[in-house]
Amino acid sequence: MEIPKSFLGYKRENGRAGTRNHVIILPVDDISNACAEAVANNIKGTIALPHSYGRLQFGADLELHFRTMIGTGKNPNVAAVIVVGIEPKWTKRIVDAITTTGKPVEGFSIEGVGDIDTIAKVSKKAQEFSMWASEKQREECPMSDLWISVKCGESDTTSGLASNPTVGNLMDKLEPLGVHLCFGETSELTGAETVCEKRGKTPEAQAKFKKTWNDYNNFILKEATDDLSESQPTAGNIAGGLTTIEEKAFGNFQKIGGCQFIDVLEPAEEPTKGAGLYFMDTSSAAAECVTLQAAGGFNIHLFPTGQGNIIGNPIEPVIKLTANPLTAKTMSEHIDVDVSKILSREMNLSQAGDELIKSTLRVANGRLTCAEALGHKEFVMTKLYRSA
Amino acid sequence: MSNTDIIIHDEKDNVGVVVIEKITPEQNCNCWIMENDKSVSIQSKDEIPLGHKIAMADLNEGDTILKYGHDIGKVVKNIKKGEHVHVHNVKTKKW
Repeated sequence: MEIPKSFLGYKRENGRAGTRNHVIILPVDDISNACAEAVANNIKGTIALPHSYGRLQFGADLELHFRTMIGTGKNPNVAAVIVVGIEPKWTKRIVDAITTTGKPVEGFSIEGVGDIDTIAKVSKKAQEFSMWASEKQREECPMSDLWISVKCGESDTTSGLASNPTVGNLMDKLEPLGVHLCFGETSELTGAETVCEKRGKTPEAQAKFKKTWNDYNNFILKEATDDLSESQPTAGNIAGGLTTIEEKAFGNFQKIGGCQFIDVLEPAEEPTKGAGLYFMDTSSAAAECVTLQAAGGFNIHLFPTGQGNIIGNPIEPVIKLTANPLTAKTMSEHIDVDVSKILSREMNLSQAGDELIKSTLRVANGRLTCAEALGHKEFVMTKLYRSA
Repeated sequence: MSNTDIIIHDEKDNVGVVVIEKITPEQNCNCWIMENDKSVSIQSKDEIPLGHKIAMADLNEGDTILKYGHDIGKVVKNIKKGEHVHVHNVKTKKW
């Protein structure tokens, strides 16, 4: 198949392009959720991104909170942003950082005003942003404007056999076109960590990966009361035939095809070394991982599943594929791309990769994913340790 | 091309994955090795559902299970060729 050279996206002020055109109401903290949700309810064409944290965090955990908030606002799938927090100082820090993209941003704080008057003020601004964004048109954008993140979930052995290698095949075909790519899941590379380390393009990237994985493993050894057998593999994984974390890891690893990673990113960190594959240090919990990748600036997500994970994200469309014929049948409303014919050998990997590229471009051009149509908007902050 | 019942990732692997709804005891199964496109056959000893593994050789306690050509764990209970391989007879080496 000849790979298309372009897709239809929303060109942003900073030169990036979005596959979506969201106006978001971003609460800085848990107690500002109510205001954000009230505004999104008032004003059509806006979405609130409620979450559970943002108070009394400190150190690296607080910095990750800010990085996730700011990165979410900067994502090119977002046309304009309203930030609402209880206090002005943290609100302003997020507004100022998102402003560097050139997109419309405004911040409001609730303290000394109360919810009702804040909701009125924010609603007026949200209406202005929503109507402004509604006039944005899709334009032809080069393939290199696609930033694709990947993560698998509710995996089984069909993931490692077929759906993950399908994603790997897509990566092998799109990497030469200057696409940014990102995989994560530090914990689920356990067992394949030395093989993965060797995929670093430079000694620096390899060393950075090794340190990231070792830090994670030391944390597990310190925190775990027994071992991770209860959560890795999960009960769903085991029902699907996966026996050990090593088996799961080698299946997971198929998602990067033959690509080498050029750098290792902190959670929610934006890549700065140009096009190519990046590894991001993330949890393997689906919503946490995709939230971090979206905050890193990725604008479309590929999610292979075996037993049928149903996750979505509020700003980054999540495309699901499965090679498990039972899942494709029993959970069809969640599956965007069915590659189960690989198992019956009616389809080869390259054909499956081509199908996935076609579906990815349709979604990039505006087709709703199953998760979007079903209203999945899981926005989950990663918390490194307890608050003060 | 005959139907494929079991797929094996790598020629070195000592397990294969069932890719039909299930295989039944004493079923003669067609296996396809992805790495080199070879076909082999095996007779199953157990009922094994879709996605679960079958032993392609006799395996003894302490042996290493190879899949994707890599070490994915250790045998904790002897396994006969054709038997179901899973959490009841294989364990991670990580913890």
